[in-house]
Amino acid sequence: MSASTSANSGKYFVPQPSHWPIVGSVALLTLATGAVTSLNEVSWGLPVLYAGFAILIYMLFGWFGVVIKESEGRLYGKNVDASFRWSMSWFIFSEVMFFAAFFGALGYARMHSVPDLGSIDAKLLWPEFAATWPSSGPYLKEVFSPMGAWGIPAINTALLLTSGVTLTIAHHAMLENHRSKLILWLAATIILGITFLTLQVYEYVHAYSELNLKLTTGIFGSTFFMLTGFHGFHVTIGAIMLTVILFRSMRGHFDDKHHFAFEAAAWYWHFVDVVWLGLFVIVYML
Amino acid sequence: MASVPHGAPHTTPAHGDHTHDGHDDHHHLPTGLMRYVTTTNHKDIGSMYLWFSFAMFISGGIMALLIRAELFQPGLQILEPERFNQLTTLHGIVMIFGAIMPAFVGFANWMLPLQLGAPDMAFARMNNWSFWLLPPAAILLIGSFFVPGGAAAGGWTLYPPLSIQAGMGMDMMIFAVHIMGASSIMGSINIITTILNLRTPGMTMMRLPMFAWTWLITAFLLIASMPVLAGAVTMLLTDRHFGTTFFNAAGGGDPVMFQHIFWFFGHPEVYIIALPAFGVISQIIPAFSRKPLFGYASMVYATASIAILSFIVWAHHMYTTGLPMAGQIYFMYATMLIAVPTACKIFNWLATMWRGSITLETPMLFCLGFLFLFTLGGFTGLVLALTPVDIQLQDTYYVVAHFHYVMVAGALFSAFAAVYYWSPKWTGWMYEEKLGKIHFWWSLIAFNVTFFPMHFLGLAGMPRRIPDYNMQFTEWNMVASIGAFAFGTAQIFFLVIVFRTIAGKSGIRAPAKPWDGAEGLEWTVPSPAPYHTFETPPAFK
Ligand code: HEM
Ligand SMILES: [Cu+2]
Repeated sequence: MSASTSANSGKYFVPQPSHWPIVGSVALLTLATGAVTSLNEVSWGLPVLYAGFAILIYMLFGWFGVVIKESEGRLYGKNVDASFRWSMSWFIFSEVMFFAAFFGALGYARMHSVPDLGSIDAKLLWPEFAATWPSSGPYLKEVFSPMGAWGIPAINTALLLTSGVTLTIAHHAMLENHRSKLILWLAATIILGITFLTLQVYEYVHAYSELNLKLTTGIFGSTFFMLTGFHGFHVTIGAIMLTVILFRSMRGHFDDKHHFAFEAAAWYWHFVDVVWLGLFVIVYML
Repeated sequence: MASVPHGAPHTTPAHGDHTHDGHDDHHHLPTGLMRYVTTTNHKDIGSMYLWFSFAMFISGGIMALLIRAELFQPGLQILEPERFNQLTTLHGIVMIFGAIMPAFVGFANWMLPLQLGAPDMAFARMNNWSFWLLPPAAILLIGSFFVPGGAAAGGWTLYPPLSIQAGMGMDMMIFAVHIMGASSIMGSINIITTILNLRTPGMTMMRLPMFAWTWLITAFLLIASMPVLAGAVTMLLTDRHFGTTFFNAAGGGDPVMFQHIFWFFGHPEVYIIALPAFGVISQIIPAFSRKPLFGYASMVYATASIAILSFIVWAHHMYTTGLPMAGQIYFMYATMLIAVPTACKIFNWLATMWRGSITLETPMLFCLGFLFLFTLGGFTGLVLALTPVDIQLQDTYYVVAHFHYVMVAGALFSAFAAVYYWSPKWTGWMYEEKLGKIHFWWSLIAFNVTFFPMHFLGLAGMPRRIPDYNMQFTEWNMVASIGAFAFGTAQIFFLVIVFRTIAGKSGIRAPAKPWDGAEGLEWTVPSPAPYHTFETPPAFK
């Protein structure tokens, strides 16, 4: 789909009809069908699931490709830039609320459901259960060790914080139109991100093989893996975003005035960073 | 709930223009079905939302009528109990997420750019996606009736442990909720951005049309609450399939935790449904009272306070779950507090009408119906907010009566009002006033026949979500079922009115401003609104 500024004044941008949204819808329907069926052990489930992913990736490439082309064609004026900024801020806010649900679950479990299960009321049911944290609950009684904060998690904290700094250096380089510096520091940020993810995977392996800490290890395992897992997933997305930005920088995109995509990715990266700090304190330290 | 012809903009001269009016593209614009599949036009998308909403309204309505048919008399007649439970669950979800919410997004799509003097929504392609995510979700929901085990059956609130034990219909429900949530979040981001960034110069925030204000705040509620629901159903999914124990006491979790998370979403959701309805009412009452809205600023502040309060009252749905006393008392008072800004709105509407030169065209009739019946629903809400009373009444038909007064006589009536009020702008034709009035009175009476007796049934102790009941409840159930079928028929009649309007059966072409008391930029463009409007920002007095 080609785009045009339509018949608008320079101020507004209204894109031409596009088939990407419907491709996205087909992708999600396929994905959902594949997920539902494979979760319920239907034999053709998995292929459908993969097909859904494939269509989704095709859509993302296509749609973002169009947007990048429009952006580089300088079809987006100041007004569009402001719209993008509003939308990215609200999107990040929605992500914050998504994490809030899981942090809420963790807080509720620690401060409410586990103490309740160990309370005098529940003694009749679970006489031996001591309400301590971490816990895998009164019935599962899995023996496990929680993940200590001062090993890999502390290193990971340092990595992510450093990546925030390197990203800011890259940002300044971009504002100074200093391209090689931009590329260098952006690449450094991505490498830090990937190192973080690698250590995270290592930590998971360690948890499963040595600590007997699993997703199925009661409420501690559930909250631990869901929170760190969704965070890791978001780091992955952020790293992919930054990689796209890196390639675009290498192709000469972005300058001191025209760089919303860079900032959006950077905001997202900082958001992921802040979530990690929350995780480090609440999940690992406390 | 919609009255925009698919073909309407085709027939308007402006649309004819826009294929050859100096655009710098050389593509053919898609026509036929592909036009709607690929469209980036807020009017096309608004119409699709409205038609989709009506289709879902009919589907959910059929489910409701099956429920009412079963409940016509005690004993099991036409439905297996399992099927009955599936129908209540899907009726609730389909009506809320499929009928009411998309209806108001449809109005927002059609009217916000016109009210703000913007050429379109801020993100026209994403707007298309927000809509086209809904049919896949609908396929998952309706399709779940046909999979082994049938549809989700634990009630629209999806409480564990039932929702964890259920079959694959529940998984379809979970993914449908995810997809509808994504649609809502994208739609909301679009609406917020449009309102904040695409207003015509001179339209300051405190001069926004009330409909835009209520949608701005609704969009905020959606962005803040839908992700929480997404989190909740994700935990359901992992509890179901991946061995987590969020909602399972054996592993240290708690099924009640789901209720907390769900209602943290669920109560704001109530205002997500109600606030845009308030916005519609705030547009229409001044128009037919021929007076500006009384207390504009206080309306804005009341809307904002309702939104904020809606996040701190959720556990009024959970009085019987063993909340600590302090919690019960807090949630009781906090809930009653919401009555203050709500009443402020009601009084502002009344004051707007006070000494106005009122005429009673159909939109105004529906607004008056709204005023009476929504207020009644608000009162029963206050009754239910009282902890000791709610402990008696929760999960009885009193609750069913309460929420249908706010959702049907509240949100749905205001959606009807909006259709009658704005359809001249969409179709270029006036609807037939007499038929509109019949639709109003028919709906009003049938609605009350259906739902008023449910108060009695609830007070007498009839539980909800049960396919059978004690003999003593028979009479009022029969009355309610008869009312329900009459109400359903009235909506088929509404569909006829819509078709007749589109076909121009009234013979009266709509002028640019069909209502002499109406205010706003939407009335400065011709009727039907050309395919492209406000390509340059209009002057705002
Ligand atoms: C826009 C309109 C409507 C909305 C938003 C709506 C919403 C709901 C919701 C949320 C529930 C609760 C489902 C549950 O308990 O899980 C429900 C239940 C029910 N609704 Fe509606 N409804 C609407 C219209 C109607 C109409 C028109 C009728 C009757 C003709 C109706 C009859 C019922 C009945 C009988 C129940 C079952 C209550 C029970 O036994 O649990 N609804 N509705
Ligand atoms: Cu509530």
